[in-house]
Amino acid sequence: MTLAKRIIPCLDVANGRVVKGVNFQNLVDAGDPVELAKLYGDAGADELTFLDISASVEERSTTLEMVARTAEQVFIPLTVGGGIRSVDDVDALLRAGADKVSINTAAINRPELISEISDRFGDQVLVLSVDARRGKTPSGFEVTTHGGRQGAGLDALVWIEDATARGVGEILLNSMDADGTREGFDIEMITQVRSRTRVPLIASGGAGKLGDFALALDAGADALLAASVFHFGTFTIHDVKEFLNKKGYSVRL
Amino acid sequence: MIAILDYGSGNLRSAQRAFELTGIKTVITSDPKLCADSDGLVVPGVGAYGACMKQLVDVGGKEIILNRVAAGKPVIGICVGLQILFEQGREKGGASGVGVLPGEVSELKSEILPHIGWNTVSAGKGTKLFEGLDGASFYFVHSYAVKKAVPDAVNSWTEYGEEFLSAVERGPVSAVQFHPEKSGANGARLISNWAKSL
Repeated sequence: MTLAKRIIPCLDVANGRVVKGVNFQNLVDAGDPVELAKLYGDAGADELTFLDISASVEERSTTLEMVARTAEQVFIPLTVGGGIRSVDDVDALLRAGADKVSINTAAINRPELISEISDRFGDQVLVLSVDARRGKTPSGFEVTTHGGRQGAGLDALVWIEDATARGVGEILLNSMDADGTREGFDIEMITQVRSRTRVPLIASGGAGKLGDFALALDAGADALLAASVFHFGTFTIHDVKEFLNKKGYSVRL
Repeated sequence: MIAILDYGSGNLRSAQRAFELTGIKTVITSDPKLCADSDGLVVPGVGAYGACMKQLVDVGGKEIILNRVAAGKPVIGICVGLQILFEQGREKGGASGVGVLPGEVSELKSEILPHIGWNTVSAGKGTKLFEGLDGASFYFVHSYAVKKAVPDAVNSWTEYGEEFLSAVERGPVSAVQFHPEKSGANGARLISNWAKSL
């Protein structure tokens, strides 16, 4: 076998709880991160991602406790993103039990943060999250902030090349046009980014049908991240993997 | 008791939690006596080879490992903890390793690096680590690896662009390139296999 294509569920958390609809069968408490992490782990998730959408610093400290409680009991890799602005923020998350962190806006505001983190902890801890949409930049794809509402004045491909040269382990590419549509991943965006970087590429945004996952892998994604299709039981992680396996893709069953 | 060598590298709490599942008492330490007297020593490691070696030397970890191996006491290296047990690393200009295993660590020949995710291990004949786990998947995160077999050892292999040594067992020395502490039930089984041999 070769390296398996990874399937990664993403959970939004705030104040130490999973928030924004998760509607899973056999769930006692839909907001408990440990319970959800275990269920996804048992369901075959290759990694887990928590996106911290806490509004305040106080809430973020409870996120650290949540990460610690999850890492106590779930023995698959855990990535935490959201609100990370400094090397100290990364240090605190890694000490709590996160394996990787993802950064987005803070890296756009101050690109030196990328090398500060990778010099201290290694490239492999850093996932560069890029929220991109179609726009009038040279490649036709622009970086956005504020959940895709504001343009950052950056060409997505130029930004990815710049950031990876500074030391990034993976790219998490979120299509803000496709996000929430369930009409499939942005295949052209994945293809373009794949041709411009050597680091593993996690594609996100637009998953609606099983076939969408295969198309994203064909375009060059190494891993696929999704939220709502898993949280609402449209299909299970196992459904995705069974489908991909039958189509001849390498997955961990 | 199992000692997890604390030299400022690696997700030590994750390693500790996973080794605690064996039921054996586990401490995170760089105290030479605790490390020398423990039943097993875990050498974790993440980040760049040279940086890890420098941190290891700074806490006296190189002597701790050399003395244990000379005394025939079990040591297991994880990820960069495997790599630094070899003689030489070629990452970022190169650095000397602890040298309890012969060979060098060089960049994988693959289009996409790092090698991140779950990959299978083809276990070597006579393995104790992979008892019940031949062909099982483990979680990898690395760009560098050992490419040549270690003489007089059980060598286990994985493919990513090319074949590389994903685990080695020789006398008291065991080492794995993947992260057993992040490899779910398979990782727990491997850690338990190692703990049984202590």
